[in-house]
This record gives sequence, structure tokens and C-alpha cells, in this order.
Amino acid sequence: MTAGAAPTAPLLVVRDLVKHYHATGLFRESTRPIRAVDGVSFEVGRGETLALVGESGCGKSSVGRTILRLQEPTSGTAVFDGIELFPLDRKELRRLRRRMQIIFQDPYSSLNPRMTIGAAVAEGLEIHRLAPRKDIPARVNALLEEVGLDSSYARRYPHEFSGGQRQRIGIARALAVQPAFIVCDEPVSALDVSVQAQVLNLLSDLQRERGLSYLFIAHDLAVVRQIARRVAVMYLGRIVEEGPTEALLSRPRHPYTVALLSAVPEPDPARQRSRIVLGGDLPSPSNPPSGCPFHPRCFHPRRNERCSVEVPRLRPVGSTTAACHYAEDTPLPEQPKIP
Amino acid sequence: MTRVLEVGNLRVSFPGENGRRYCPVDGVSFTLDRGETMALVGESGCGKSLTSLALVRLIPPPGRVDPKSVIHLGDTDVMALQGEGLRRIRGRRVGMIFQDPMTSLNPVFTAGDQIGEAIRAHFPVSRAEARERSLRLLQEVGIPDAAARLDAYPHQLSGGMRQRVMIAIALAAEPEILVADEPTTALDVTVQAQILEVLDRLRASRGMAVLLITHDLGIVAGRADRVAVMYAGQIVEEAPTPELFARPSHPYTQGLFASVPRIHGPVKRLTPIAGSVPPPADWPAGCRFRPRCPKAFDKCTQAPPPLVVGPQHDMRCWLAEGGQ
Repeated sequence: MTAGAAPTAPLLVVRDLVKHYHATGLFRESTRPIRAVDGVSFEVGRGETLALVGESGCGKSSVGRTILRLQEPTSGTAVFDGIELFPLDRKELRRLRRRMQIIFQDPYSSLNPRMTIGAAVAEGLEIHRLAPRKDIPARVNALLEEVGLDSSYARRYPHEFSGGQRQRIGIARALAVQPAFIVCDEPVSALDVSVQAQVLNLLSDLQRERGLSYLFIAHDLAVVRQIARRVAVMYLGRIVEEGPTEALLSRPRHPYTVALLSAVPEPDPARQRSRIVLGGDLPSPSNPPSGCPFHPRCFHPRRNERCSVEVPRLRPVGSTTAACHYAEDTPLPEQPKIP
Repeated sequence: MTRVLEVGNLRVSFPGENGRRYCPVDGVSFTLDRGETMALVGESGCGKSLTSLALVRLIPPPGRVDPKSVIHLGDTDVMALQGEGLRRIRGRRVGMIFQDPMTSLNPVFTAGDQIGEAIRAHFPVSRAEARERSLRLLQEVGIPDAAARLDAYPHQLSGGMRQRVMIAIALAAEPEILVADEPTTALDVTVQAQILEVLDRLRASRGMAVLLITHDLGIVAGRADRVAVMYAGQIVEEAPTPELFARPSHPYTQGLFASVPRIHGPVKRLTPIAGSVPPPADWPAGCRFRPRCPKAFDKCTQAPPPLVVGPQHDMRCWLAEGGQ
């Protein structure tokens, strides 16, 4: 497949992505759609990592799955290396999936328990006919070694491996087809800290060596800081703030980013700052608040009626872009004001 | 300080292959005072959850608590209790909350029913009185609009609200000790902050002792008075929280700290601990951390290091003995 866009253009451009789910079935309570993703736009550069951060139900996983067409989008566009993704038919899509892969939080549930590790890693090579049959075992061994596994593991089965090893297997599978872009959907969330660090280092190394682009979906800002130079924060299906990671963490402009940052538990007793404990729960994405989706839980001193009426647009403030009417005056985490 | 719990040389064993028994908890000792929060920190399989279950002898057979273990709950010798005697301390004197509130709550009863049941299991009160107390408990754990939530079923509550209901159930019997086993691991960070806030407030207002079991050093830093780090069934390091964080001394503890990504300071490449935690059947002779330890030397293969007790800071490592 030939690249359809100039090498300096972003690898992936997503515009106004919308994904609504419709509850159906016996226990259906309403016909109101669940607005999982509600107009999201972003770009991922070549060899770059964009982190998509947010809490459960903010729509971050739906974004990743919709781009890969594992779920069909409701509307919007996604252009990968000059190719429009959403109009593609099955055959074209299969060809493109060679270049776009995904790794999941729990690789165990995506590995066939009756298939050896070698067969699982070889699958992609066979489907896309990327190597002559006789070369496949050698390719599999090389892939296993590249992700830090012993090549003799190829003959073993998924249940014989620990969580960290399974995640490495998942990564080897994704790499087999030599993709340019990988959606990493909470790849280290289920791992113990010592193993989490191993996998984060591996992902960084692979990115450098292979020039990969990642869409890194996570809920942990400290993990994101380790792996991504740009970050987008999602709340109720929308990006509420986006920017360079260091700028966003040192001077967050959206009150939700401020709260999220202040809630990160920090392993340093000297750094225990006063936390902003948000009131209430995440509203239902089937019935989001009017105006700013964050306004019912917002602690911004300038919050007023405008916030419940007018949806704030993402606009540049300082070094990031933020969707808050009063982003210029958002209080810092060190001086929290609890409502 | 009133001592509410003393655990000495606690061992939990399970039958393994060819008639051998292995010990996922192997000689754990610690104490807990009234109003104190102690954290047991470690990765999956280190034995921290089994330790907490063993406190009230809830180890499922064929596992068993070694009869020579010491568990004193105030003046009560837990190892000497049986049947009804054990039932009277479970919940009543030691309350427990777990990681996943959905699996601990019964989906066909309301929150109020389940809190009321816990109250009536321990106190001879009427249904109306139990409902009244349930309402007060829900308010105490910070559930907004508590009167309405009393009649809510678990599926109608968010994860954070369910965990609050679980805390209310645990509090119903007014326990001296609350064991919180990864209470916020399944929750989002902003909700986690709320739940930790509630636990801390209750500890202060009720003078409860809290045993916080977690894998997350970040949670410990702001909440616990003391920390014990577990590895392969044993406490490898224990100290007051500020001391442990200022001077992590065991190579495993140091490895954990170097593995954690930080939100402040320069971004450096993480230095993970090599390998992974071996299962109890594969624990090596000598020091159990040796195969993964960057500082291991000859002595570490020869004999298991003892727990060296310092004035403030205990550690199970031959380095504490001054090397050779």
C-alpha cells in the first residue's frame, strides 16, 4: 500500500467523530441514545503518541474502536495516511487493518486458549500473506524476542503465562503485520507496577525503533506523562482540554483536568496537596447536562448561568486548548476551592 | 495507645503437589493500635489479601491457618475460637470491604435491606430501628439524598456509591478494625479520592483501626500511619510512612518506587524490577527476592535473611546486617 499523504502531514486526522449507542432489548428503559462520543476531533502525528485520558464511561475506548471500525461510527470522518476510513468496504478495510492494530487491557480475553502463542502471533502474517510459509516460524521467533520473550514460548499456551507476559504476546501479535499505528487501550492498567514499568519501556522502545504512532488510551495521568508528549482529556464524550503533556499538567486550564490531576495519588508524603474532591457522580451519557457537560460538578469560582446554557468551544488558552468559558481564571490545584 | 490487634508468625498453608504444603503467607507479624491506619502493600500474589482473611480465620479449605500462629484481637485469642465464637468476631469486631462492591452486594435486595440485615445480625433491634440506623449510616458515608438511596437496588447505584454502601454495611456492627482490601482499585481516581476521604473521616470520628491493603504506593502516602511491604508471603520492610518513603531500604521496595511513573519531577526512563513474582511453589531457597534483586550477593543464596528490627524501620535483607 502506498502512502497517500505527504510524510509531514499527520498520520491520522479525526474530525467531529460521533458514536451513539441505542439501548435495545428486554430491559430497555428509553430510546434516548447513549452519547458515548459526542463530536471529537484530534490528530496523531507520525511516530507520535497522543494520549486519550478520562474516567470510565467518558468514551475514550469507543473513540479507539470506532477509528479501527471495530464499531461503526455514527458520523464524522477519520483520515489515515490520506485514506478516508469510514467509507471503506470490508475488503479495503482488511487491507488497511494491516497498518492499524490494537492492543487491549486484558490480552488473555483476546487470545484463543487452544491456540499456541506461536500460532497466535503467526495468524496475522498468514492472513495478510506477509511471509512464505517456511519463513513464518523464524519470523514468529524474532517477534517474540523483540518483545522480550523467549522464542521457545511459541509452543506454549496462553494460560501458562503471567499478565505481563500475555501483554507482551498481545504486542507481538500486533507487531507481526508491521503496522504504522497502534491503538493501545489501557495496556498497563491491569498489571502490577513492576511489570507495568517493563511494558511501558517496551512500548517506548518499539516506538523509537519502528517509528510507530500510538493512540494511548488511559485513565492514569502519571502513566500518560511517561509515554505521551501530547494528551487529550475527555469528559462525557468530549475532549475538554488538549495540549502538550507537560504544559497541560503544569498549568491545566479546564476545571475537570484540575480535579483529575489533584486526585492522582502521589507516592510522596511531602507532596500531599489538598485534593479537590468532586461532588456527585458522572452524569449519564444518555442524558448529559445542558451547556458545559461539567457544569453540575464544577468548582470554578466564576461558574454561572452561561455554563448551563452555552456549550464552551475548545479554544487556545495559554499553552493548551480548553473548553471552558473561564479557562483564563481556572484556579490551580495548589489553591483548590471546594464548593 | 490501645492495641487492638496483634499478629505473630502468621502462616497460611495450602496443599500442593505430592503431599507438600506451601505457605502463601509465611511468618507475618504486625500490630495495630486504635485509631491507626496501617497499610499492607505488595503486588499480586504477595499474600496481602490472604493475611487479611486469616485475621478472622476466613481461609477457604483446604487452606488453613497454622495453629501456631498468634492472632490476638484485643484480649480475644482468635486461634482458640471455633464456630459461633468466630462468627461473633467476623463483621462484629473486624469489618471488611473488598475491591468489587458489585459482587459483594446482593442484587435482589435494596441497599437499606442489606445494611439493616447487618445491623440486625449483630444487635437486637426492630426493623424500624434498623432502617433508622441504616439511614444514619448512609448519611455518615456521604451518600447524597440518603433517604431515597435506602430503597435503591445495587444496579441503580454507581461504583462509588456501591462502595459506600459496602462501607455502611461494614460499619453497621461498629467494628474495632476495618479491613479495606483494595477498596478503590476498581474505581476512577476522582471517586477513589472520595472513598479514601470517607475512610479517613470514619477512622478519626469512630477511633477505628484501619488495615488498608493495596498495591498502590500513592494511596498509602497520604493515608497510612505505617506501611508494611510484602513480598512472597513475608513482610520485607516496615516503617512509619514518612520514614519508609524517605528511606526505602529493601531492594524490593526500592524497585517498586523506581517502577512508579510520577506526576512531578523530570520524566526519566522507568527502572522496572526484572522478572515477575514467582508462585509460592517456586519460591527460591535463601532470600525469596534474590533472583530479581540487583544487589544480591553470595549470602543471599545460602540462607533466608531474618527480619532485622531497627528503632523505627524493620527490613528482611542481608544488607541490613551490614553485608557479609
